[in-house]
Amino acid sequence: MTYLIEGRDGPWELVVGLEVHAQVISQSKLFSGASASYGGEPNTHVSLVDAGFPGMLPVINRECVAQAVRTGLGLKARVNLESRFDRKNYFYADLPTGYQISQFTHPIIGEGAVEIELADGSTRVIGITRLHLEQDAGKSMHDQDPARSFIDLNRAGVALMEIVSEPDIRSPEEAGAYLRKLRMILRYLGTCDGNMEEGSMRADVNVSVRKAGEPFRTRCEIKNVNSIRYVMQAIEVEAVRQVEIWENGGSVDQETRLFDPARSETRSLRSKEDAHDYRYFPDPDLLPLVIEEAWVQGLAAHLPELPDAKRQRFQDEYGIPRYDAGVLVAEQATADFYETVARGRDPRLAANWVIGDFFAALNRTGRTIQDSPISADALGGMLDLITDGTINGKIAKDVFEEMLETGESAADIVERKGLRQVTDTGAIDAAVQAVLDKNPDKLAEYRGGKDKLFGFFVGQVMKAMAGKGNPALVNEALKKVL
Amino acid sequence: MMLTELTIAGAQGGLRRREFSATELVGAHVAAIERLNGRLNAFITVTSDLALDAARRADAILAGGEDAPALTGIPLGIKDLFCTDGVRTTAASRMLEAFVPPYESTVTANLLADGAVFVGKTNLDEFAMGSANITSAFGSVENPWKRAGDEETVLVPGGSSGGSAAAVAARLAMGATGTDTGGSIRQPASYCGIAGIKPTYGRCSRWGTIAFASSLDQAGPMARTVEDCAILLQSMAGFDVRDSTSVDIAVPDYRAACGRSLKGMKVGIPAEYRVAGMPAEVEAAWEQGIAWLRDAGCEIVEVSLPYTKYGLATYYIVAPAECSSNLARYDGVRFGRRVPGESLDALYEATRREGFGAEVRRRILMGTYVLSAGYYDAYYLRAQKVRNLIRKDFENAFRTVDVLLTPTAPSPAFAQGEKMDDPVQMYLNDVFTVPASMAGVPAMSVPAGLSASGLPLGLQVIGRSFDEESVFAAASALERAAGFTHRPAVRAEVV
Repeated sequence: MTYLIEGRDGPWELVVGLEVHAQVISQSKLFSGASASYGGEPNTHVSLVDAGFPGMLPVINRECVAQAVRTGLGLKARVNLESRFDRKNYFYADLPTGYQISQFTHPIIGEGAVEIELADGSTRVIGITRLHLEQDAGKSMHDQDPARSFIDLNRAGVALMEIVSEPDIRSPEEAGAYLRKLRMILRYLGTCDGNMEEGSMRADVNVSVRKAGEPFRTRCEIKNVNSIRYVMQAIEVEAVRQVEIWENGGSVDQETRLFDPARSETRSLRSKEDAHDYRYFPDPDLLPLVIEEAWVQGLAAHLPELPDAKRQRFQDEYGIPRYDAGVLVAEQATADFYETVARGRDPRLAANWVIGDFFAALNRTGRTIQDSPISADALGGMLDLITDGTINGKIAKDVFEEMLETGESAADIVERKGLRQVTDTGAIDAAVQAVLDKNPDKLAEYRGGKDKLFGFFVGQVMKAMAGKGNPALVNEALKKVL
Repeated sequence: MMLTELTIAGAQGGLRRREFSATELVGAHVAAIERLNGRLNAFITVTSDLALDAARRADAILAGGEDAPALTGIPLGIKDLFCTDGVRTTAASRMLEAFVPPYESTVTANLLADGAVFVGKTNLDEFAMGSANITSAFGSVENPWKRAGDEETVLVPGGSSGGSAAAVAARLAMGATGTDTGGSIRQPASYCGIAGIKPTYGRCSRWGTIAFASSLDQAGPMARTVEDCAILLQSMAGFDVRDSTSVDIAVPDYRAACGRSLKGMKVGIPAEYRVAGMPAEVEAAWEQGIAWLRDAGCEIVEVSLPYTKYGLATYYIVAPAECSSNLARYDGVRFGRRVPGESLDALYEATRREGFGAEVRRRILMGTYVLSAGYYDAYYLRAQKVRNLIRKDFENAFRTVDVLLTPTAPSPAFAQGEKMDDPVQMYLNDVFTVPASMAGVPAMSVPAGLSASGLPLGLQVIGRSFDEESVFAAASALERAAGFTHRPAVRAEVV
């Protein structure tokens, strides 16, 4: 559905492009041997190169290049076999060399595409303009001392991928879907953990509005938004702000803005006139980055199955609905969990249990799939008991709860608590007869034509058997007698 | 025996034959420094005690037998642009006047691994920016040479490696390291009557050497003979994984190249180097050099390097551009001088105004300007294109010739105070050395004779990329033919 902003004199269309900064998963930094791991005491992951000491030189980290290439392949993008590093010059206390090494004119990855799916089931393709490698800066801390600012260089020099989308996004929902999909792909690839709270994924949001059919109008850039929800909110409020300006006869200035989630508004950070002149030029300390086609092919051959392909395979191979497949592939760990459960079992039953009771249990207990008290094999073991008739679906729910609590296997619980389903027709017949004897009035009503009471009798029989009766046999026995 | 008069090659033998000890050899140079450095100001930091300790260790190694490394016990001066572990490294700037690096540059580490003894850190133009060694925050360096009959006038040693050149010429060190960005080894070598080579860009690692202009900076040796330069470069050169622009090509035997026959070598004489207003004595020295090489069996060929005339103009865009970025790290935040300010910007401004001298500030401003939005294409980008054309000029020339011969500098050493008021006049000193820097090819200055005023004049041999061997061969032949035995007025044995 088209997202339009209703202005005073008609609808406005939204135009959004996103620049996502994704921290590369790697042992060491982009140009130094210092650890790239998150956290650590301030200034403990810092080499002389990161601190910009005299005479220190950058040396490109091969693994970071490989991660960028994997990401490019995952985004179905062009891999540039020759790319270049440039210096982006500006002064700031947490930028030790006075320049950031980035890729300005010749990025390592060119055009690509990400397919997103919206709530109404429709899909759209968002173009990727480019992906380039660059260094992160350090962190300035202004709240540690009344008079001084402190600098932590642990993050300085860590590799980032800047992933730039085309201005193809037309609604906050699409922006959210794009970010979720991008994050999913990065996580599948193992190239970025996508953790926005820790800042390992951040977005700069370019927003403009226009009347249908117009060329682009002036855009504003909202810097460093650190959650998907905030990105969606920021777009919404910024678009409204711009529509108001245009409709009041003003014009939107190209500027950099900040999103304030507390007040749900964007504020000007600096205007175009105050914009830095970054004085980009090729970094003379680094040769052009040349990679071999064969090396790229080698990386491509070892890429994991990506979400779109996996979803399609789940539909084809397991015969589960598209929606369910989508839920199951949202995270690699979930998909793996499901496949373990489904292996050699009824895949639809497995999907129902994983998406239903299992997800609900994780939600309820605040656990993740990684520290789930019920392993995929344990859940599979329980499904086996359902399939072979040892327990019925209702008892399975109790067994599941018990597994959640104790971590015991389904078989042990069934054994210990004597939950084995009763398939002995003699016992079932006896229970049926007892229920009929106890409810002569209901029996009369039923025979008088009140068919709906059949369910009542089933319930009473199951109750009498403590839920352990085989539902099919109970039905059969009742029908026979009634 | 006058130990300070020895060549490195000679001292290597003497030490091994136990004719004198490393302690005596180093001690003689340390004593000379103590006597003369107050006047020449060739060293910013003298490390006598460290040197004498190292000399004693060298003697122990030499006593141990045959396999002492090549430079064991040889006293060298180190340009104060090379970071030396635990020894103050200033770049001749107030900005770094108290900076003690916790690391050793690759080039000096290579020399130390070969047994060399460092007697001190030599003076230079601030951040290697200058051609007269007058921009040092630690004062100017005096050229040990005097004009004939004029003991008074203080001459400049050239720059930026002026301290290294003066120290070697005055016999305060047997050799020294220099760095050359647009002529900073060759021009002072010429002014001080010594030899010096800027090897091919990528031959010596830049790791741990304070950067001026990264795409041009190259370390090289300075010594009193071509062979001594070959011995030192043998140790300094080599691939380094920590410098992405260093090149992984085997280092040949440079010393052997010095004795190579020149029979059949083709020597190019670039027409464009015959610049208007070149002093007759410089022209004469050049002609003499051509004759010497012809006599040594070379074929002399006129060649054209049409774009070299843009070399200097191009250099003064590329080098300042890179320097403006390279020197951004001197901001008072992490190391070096800090002048407090009310805000971060105020701290930057005060620190950099106080920390940098006028010439460094001038080049930072020029570099910032040529990289600015709206000027980048007109200046920096165009300069890069011209630089490629200059590179092609050399490639074309080297298709027909093996080396080129030119004067090193348009004049002999000038006096302190001359050419000082016009930066462009000063920049013109590098007109013959800059093109080889722009092309990245190796080039060496070798003393060829004296000017009418009794000052040394150098000739420059330029070779193909990574063919320092031909450069050494031709320079050696010139050296033999010139028989340059003149010595400066101010030197170790003159009390």
